[in-house]
Order: sequence, then structure tokens, then C-alpha cells
Amino acid sequence: MSKLCSLKDAVSNYVHDGDLLYCAGFTHLIPFSAGHEIIRQGRRNLTLARATPDLIYDQLVAAGSAKKVIFSYIGNPGVGSLRIIRNELEAGRLEWEEYSHFGMISRLQAGAAGLPFIPMNQTAAVDLEHNNPNIRRVKDPYTGLEVVTVPPLNPDVAIIHVQRADQNGNSQIWGILGEQKEVAFASSKVIITAEEIVDESVIRSDPNRTLIPDMIVSAVCHVPHCAHPSYTQGYYDRDNVFYLNWDKITESAELTKAWLDEWVYGVKDADEYWQKLGEETHERLKVAPAFASPVNYGKY
Amino acid sequence: MEAIAYTASELMCINAARLLQDGDVVFVGVGLPNLACNLARRTHAPNLQMIYEAGVIGARPTRIPLSIGDPTLVSGASSVCSMYDIFTLYLQRGNVDVGFLGGAQIDRFGNINATVIGDYAKPKVRLPGSGGSQEIAAWANRCYIITPHQKRRFPEKVDFRTSAGFLNGRAEREASGVRGKGPLVVVTNLGLLEPDESGELILTALHPGCTTDQVRENTGWPIKFAEQVRQTEPLHEAELKLLREELDPQGIYLKSGG
Repeated sequence: MSKLCSLKDAVSNYVHDGDLLYCAGFTHLIPFSAGHEIIRQGRRNLTLARATPDLIYDQLVAAGSAKKVIFSYIGNPGVGSLRIIRNELEAGRLEWEEYSHFGMISRLQAGAAGLPFIPMNQTAAVDLEHNNPNIRRVKDPYTGLEVVTVPPLNPDVAIIHVQRADQNGNSQIWGILGEQKEVAFASSKVIITAEEIVDESVIRSDPNRTLIPDMIVSAVCHVPHCAHPSYTQGYYDRDNVFYLNWDKITESAELTKAWLDEWVYGVKDADEYWQKLGEETHERLKVAPAFASPVNYGKY
Repeated sequence: MEAIAYTASELMCINAARLLQDGDVVFVGVGLPNLACNLARRTHAPNLQMIYEAGVIGARPTRIPLSIGDPTLVSGASSVCSMYDIFTLYLQRGNVDVGFLGGAQIDRFGNINATVIGDYAKPKVRLPGSGGSQEIAAWANRCYIITPHQKRRFPEKVDFRTSAGFLNGRAEREASGVRGKGPLVVVTNLGLLEPDESGELILTALHPGCTTDQVRENTGWPIKFAEQVRQTEPLHEAELKLLREELDPQGIYLKSGG
């Protein structure tokens, strides 16, 4: 069954005020266009979960969409501080819940696997554990030693950007996989944004590359360049210039608001945003191809 | 011999590279650790394997990675896996030899704070948080720290233990049962700190031209010195040339701290 729809419709139908939202992607494939659409549609009181909130959540927090963040590293990757979120946390205006990366993805793994909790070996660093009541200990029934546990994380909705998907939602990703698969299986609803919508036969020609199956997908949106200023492996590079600029923009509330007005509220969709970036940026982000050797699945 | 000019970052990077052994599997961060690993791989440790928390194994970056998830880490790597796999199959299972760590504060026993200055619930300065470091510090067989030598970075006690060094002493870490040996060397722009039998960081080596007075002035606790403080080997021109001309030609990470 085709689940193709516009990103506008997908956000309108599946992202609601007060939802626990997970926009997936560790540095790679971050669905910025979806974040912008959520801002345009004026969602409020969202709980934003991501291992690395990155610029996409800095922007959602700047736009007033969030009441809480769940994270394991709040930085502007490779640049420094994530100013908006950091300021809100320091000012006590934003709730938060914090884990290490491993704690965060273990929560997703538990959520994806339908488990009540997941054990992790202890690390001897207990300060986070003492400040987050979700991080607990149980006695290993086999050795009698203690292990650390975290509960499942089950977002209301996940948004996952992929290189290619068919209209049913079978989605293929290559490059950094981050926590994409776990987020998809852990969430109640999954919105796929794809650089390319391909025929089902393309997916079926390489089933090992399918990370997310159609049965858990609610909507499929064709959104080329959705990940800018992050990147899509093989399609376009990370816009490091923008990551550096964001650090400057967010030094001032006026500049931040002006940026949102111009680049989010001031454009109607991802296409208009990409065109507005201009030829020079498009050229700068181009990548030369490097193809994998084909594999032979055999005819049986 | 005429002294070669170099920046503090170059000095720390080259000394960190020398700690790595051929065949080491290293959990790498961006910035100086990444440069140190690439330098080691291009010199004395050709079989060093770089793995990244984003889930990349055997990376062979052809440009300087600007983030922990840079696409150059993937192209030409030997394997890519999920984050859950990298933290379980590789790190928790014990397949990582070396972890590099950094943070805003490192205390007398090598505990690291990358989370908060002040009270956790009402942060004075909110720092990025653990990322991968809580588990790397516990489970990598050896950990190294690269940091500029400044008093505010070396307090007697950290405000928050993001990752464990030797806690309040080596015995406490050993009793906790974590598998890794903990922070074995802290590389600063003045010299090298290493844990003594009690797990306390003491100065064991000075870089050429650096003094024990400088170390005392820039450490937040009454730092002890090894009976015989060594001098680190001067930087080789070949190492500097590789760093400057091939690994970080734009000086993105090397120009700082001069």
C-alpha cells in the first residue's frame, strides 16, 4: 500500500502537540526539513529526544516548540556549544533528562525489542545515575553482581531520513547508521523522508541494505536535501560553514529570530529552502561518486 | 641544533601519537585525538585501527574529519555498524585497546567532568555531557587524555564525575570491577601526568623547555613529581611535516594553543 504523501501532510497527521518526538540520525541524515515543517505548523510542548540534539533541536527549542529534551550529548558537533539549548537549561526554562550515549541507545534498543528494561555493565561513574531516577540497578540473577538498567524509550513519532525508499516505506540507508533502526522499531509512528523514491524492485534487488521495513512505517515523503546542513552519504556533503554560522547566529536572540523568519517561516517547503541556498552552496556540497562493488545474490 | 618552533597543539598531538602501539584498536574523537591516531598510523603504527562512536570501524579518512560523524570516515572504512553494536560488541565486550578522553575538568585521580560546572540541577555552566566518554573511560583497556595545562582544568575534585578515573584512589576503581585500566597518561602542553600506585596523577615527564614551577602553578592541587622526571623526546621534523602538510594543512586543530 502506498504511503506517499507530502511532508506537510505527514507532520500534520502524525506529529501532535505534546508528543515525544525522535528525529533520528547521528550527525548523518538529520531530517532538518521535517524540523522546519514542525516549526511552521506551530507544534508546542514537544519532548525532543536525540542522542545529540544537534542544530535541529536547537532550532525547535528556539522556535518555542519544546518543553523538554532527552539527550546524551548537547554540543554543536565539531564546533562547540549548542547555545540555545544550553541557555535554556542554564536559565531553568527547559526540562531535561540525560544519559550517556550508551544509556540513550540502550533505552532505544529496549524500546525496539519490546523489553521492560535493558542491562548494561556498570562504569564506576555514578553521578548521572544519582541524578536520573530512570537509571537504576538490579542484581544479575546468575552472578549476583549488580548491573545498571534503563527503561525502554518509545517515542510517539520518529522521523527518519534515508537515501532511498519505496512507496510502501521499505527504506535503505548506507553510511553511518547511528540509532536509526532502533528508533524506527521503538516508535509508535514512523515518518520516512527519502532522497529518492524508488521502485520496489530496486529495494528487492538488495534486501540486506533495507534497515526499516514497510510494516512499521506510517508515511513516506519524497524530500531531497532534507538533511541540509547535515549530510546524506553519497548525495551531498555536510555544510560545515552553516554549522559554524549557527554558532554566531545564536549569540543573539534577534539574529536567531531573523534566521527562523527568513529560512523557516519565510519558505514554504524543503524545495524552496534548497533553491534559496543558491548555486554556490549546491556546488560546494557536491560529492564525487564512489560506488561499492556489486554483490551477487544469485537467481534461485 | 636549532630548536624547531611548534604550537602547544602540535606538541600534545605528537606526544599522544607516541603512546599508541602498532595494532591498537583506538576509539577516536575528533580534533587532536584523530590527528594523533592518523599520525601514529602514518609513522610507527601502520596497523592501528580507528573506530568511532558513530559506528565506524577501520576508518581511513582522506580529509580531516570535522565532526564525529564525518562522511570521510565511512568511505573506505572496513565496517559500519549501529551505535548499539559499537558500544556493546566492540566496547563493552572488550575489543577496544585505547580510548581518548577530554573534558572541562580533570581531577587529582583522573576523574573527568564534561557535564556541568556548579550544581547539576541548577547548572552554572552546562557542558555537553558524556557522549561516549562514560563507557570509554570504564571499558577501554587504556585511556589517554589530551588537555591544556591550566589550573581551572585541573581542580582537586571535579564538580561532577562524568567518567571514572581512579575515583578516590586506585583500590576503589579496582573494587568497582570495571574492566579498563583507567587513565594511564594525561598529555598536556607542559608534560605528562601518570597515576602513581595510589592512582593519583603525578608529573612524570616535562616537555623540552618546560619547568616544574610551571606545572605547580597550573595545577589545582599540590602536585607530586616522580623521583626521576623524564624529558619527553623533542619533536621530529618529520612528525611536524606530516601533521602540517598532510593531516591538518589548514591548521584547523593545530594552530590553536600556540
